Amino acid sequence: MLRFIVQRLLLLPVLLFVFSVVVFILIQAPPGDFLDSYLATLASSGSSVDEAQVVALRQQFGLDEPVHIQYLRWMEHILQGNLGLSLEYQRPNIELIGERLVLTVLLALFSFVFTWAVAIPAGIFSATHPHSGVDYIFTVLNYIGVATPNFMLALILMWVAYSALGLSVTGLFSPEFIDAPWGWARFVDLLKHIWLPMIILGVAGTARLTRVMRANLLDEMTKPYVVTARAKGLSEWRLVLKYPVRLALNPLVSTIGWYLPQLFSGSLIVATVMNLPNIGPLLLRALTSQDMYLAGSILFIYCFLTIVGTLISDILLALLDPRIRMEGAKA
Amino acid sequence: MNAPAPLLSVRNLKVQFALDEGVVRAVEGVSFDVYPGKVFGIVGESGCGKSVAMKAVLRLIEAPGRIVAGEILWRRKPQGGPGSTQEEVVDVTRLDPNGSVMRGLRGAEMALIPQEPMAAFSPVHTIGDQIVEAIRLHQAVSPREGRRLAVELFKSVGMPMPEQRLDAYSWQLSGGLRQRAIIAMALSCNPRLLIADEPTTAVDVTTQAQVLRLLRQLQQERDAAIIFITHDLGVIAQVAHDVLVMYLGLVMEQGPVNAIFHAPKHPYTQALLRSIPTVQSTPREPLPTISGSIPHPFNRPRGCPFHPRCPQSMPGRCDAATPELQAVGPDQSVSCFLYQTAEAKA
Repeated sequence: MLRFIVQRLLLLPVLLFVFSVVVFILIQAPPGDFLDSYLATLASSGSSVDEAQVVALRQQFGLDEPVHIQYLRWMEHILQGNLGLSLEYQRPNIELIGERLVLTVLLALFSFVFTWAVAIPAGIFSATHPHSGVDYIFTVLNYIGVATPNFMLALILMWVAYSALGLSVTGLFSPEFIDAPWGWARFVDLLKHIWLPMIILGVAGTARLTRVMRANLLDEMTKPYVVTARAKGLSEWRLVLKYPVRLALNPLVSTIGWYLPQLFSGSLIVATVMNLPNIGPLLLRALTSQDMYLAGSILFIYCFLTIVGTLISDILLALLDPRIRMEGAKA
Repeated sequence: MNAPAPLLSVRNLKVQFALDEGVVRAVEGVSFDVYPGKVFGIVGESGCGKSVAMKAVLRLIEAPGRIVAGEILWRRKPQGGPGSTQEEVVDVTRLDPNGSVMRGLRGAEMALIPQEPMAAFSPVHTIGDQIVEAIRLHQAVSPREGRRLAVELFKSVGMPMPEQRLDAYSWQLSGGLRQRAIIAMALSCNPRLLIADEPTTAVDVTTQAQVLRLLRQLQQERDAAIIFITHDLGVIAQVAHDVLVMYLGLVMEQGPVNAIFHAPKHPYTQALLRSIPTVQSTPREPLPTISGSIPHPFNRPRGCPFHPRCPQSMPGRCDAATPELQAVGPDQSVSCFLYQTAEAKA
């Protein structure tokens, strides 16, 4: 087990290097650079910059250097841990990302807990009462949940909250707390705001997870070990929770890995609609203004999260399933 | 010694599965008695309803299956504490399948040795966990004591290295050891009846012989009754005292093992026996088989279910009505018009 984790950790830098190259190629792919789009913005607003100034700026940002030098410069910043300087904001990327990352992680965690806390019991109920009235209701709700785009749901819920309850539910904080330092009061204020985005971001995932849990559990319920357990005289609930649910969860655990980055990036449109101060809108802005180091750094963090998520999944799966855990031991 | 009362009496049991395509009559009126200390064999081809009938006894039939008629009378262990000999007869069909009474019977008084030892244990729980669970469900013992009992059980079924095997997972054991573990679990609460559902189909011949020997030995030691379900007549000949031959949910013939093997009456039993290879059979000569195949469950033939495949079928008789089970010997009975005419003539 330990060897397995160490092996995976040793692989981490290699994977990160590969991803950094891919990310860099991607952010370099669009024609032009930050200055071009900056100048275009300036031109559209009527002002202009003279040629000498442009050259100076390009030199200052290092945009005139060959691509591989730019890559090495970026890597240097990443290794130093500050992720480089945002071209647009003229601030270290780590600062820009840092304040938003905390909120993004919090929101993602809340949605994640919401998703599992709702989907697993619902899936278990559906599978143990297949084709019952409640199962059909869950099924319909699930289809609606999967089929509704979450930004649409955000708009609808915001409108409902505003027109029926008189609440303004955009953002994650009340105005007086937006720039306040972290403290208990600010956290409570966050809780007052976070529930709606949590539900909106979690709905599609919850619906999907419920379906998967139902299907997995229905599959497991027909396995002979369930009959064996019943023949022992075990009560139905204890039996279901101990045996088939445990086995039905295994494949779900392996999806946690994909879930992490999905929650981070999936919140982009919702975050824009709801004016959430998380990482999604920052990435969008960085991409449109070709703020390449900022965009690259965010993408790089996504990659990192994907790898970490997969690792967590693998470890959890090994903990849950002795067949996987012992595979390494045999060798 | 007067005849002992039966442990289990099944009377006119009918089980049906209501599917979208129609109703499958899996068991169509089966009656039999199982006596303490005896091995009762049920033979039949796949899909003849033998497993379903046993699941009905354990009340393990799952929806859309349903017991639609009949009684399953079970003589309970004395309930009134130690020294009590008051035995109570319960009709299992009237119990709530997941109620506490039925759960108190399952595992404690009637235990199942399931068909597939491979899949009968959960792969993510240790075998010990699952056996100790069975012990502690019906006996008020500490986990430590439960484990000690499990080790004892493993010793009694001849499991080498019992301590280590308790901490193993089912997929780490060979087929034969897994089968022994399953038997140990079924025996864990000293049941009065063991229902062995084709326990030897998934293991090789050598293991099969060992398992059969073990079952017989345990049955004699503990004086339990065994219902042995199989499609293998050779196995039945080795272990059973009484035999029931089923076809499409109906009893074709029933009687002591000697009568069934040496004086089979029903054409179906005769055909089954002919299709077993023997030492006397001519080499390189194809074995006689039963012509045709089992009808589709939605397509039950009218009358005797076997008549389309029966060499002695009497048109106008066998395809018109279903013959009743009739006594043809001291303990032997058969459901076939051949013998009813003979009786009428006599």
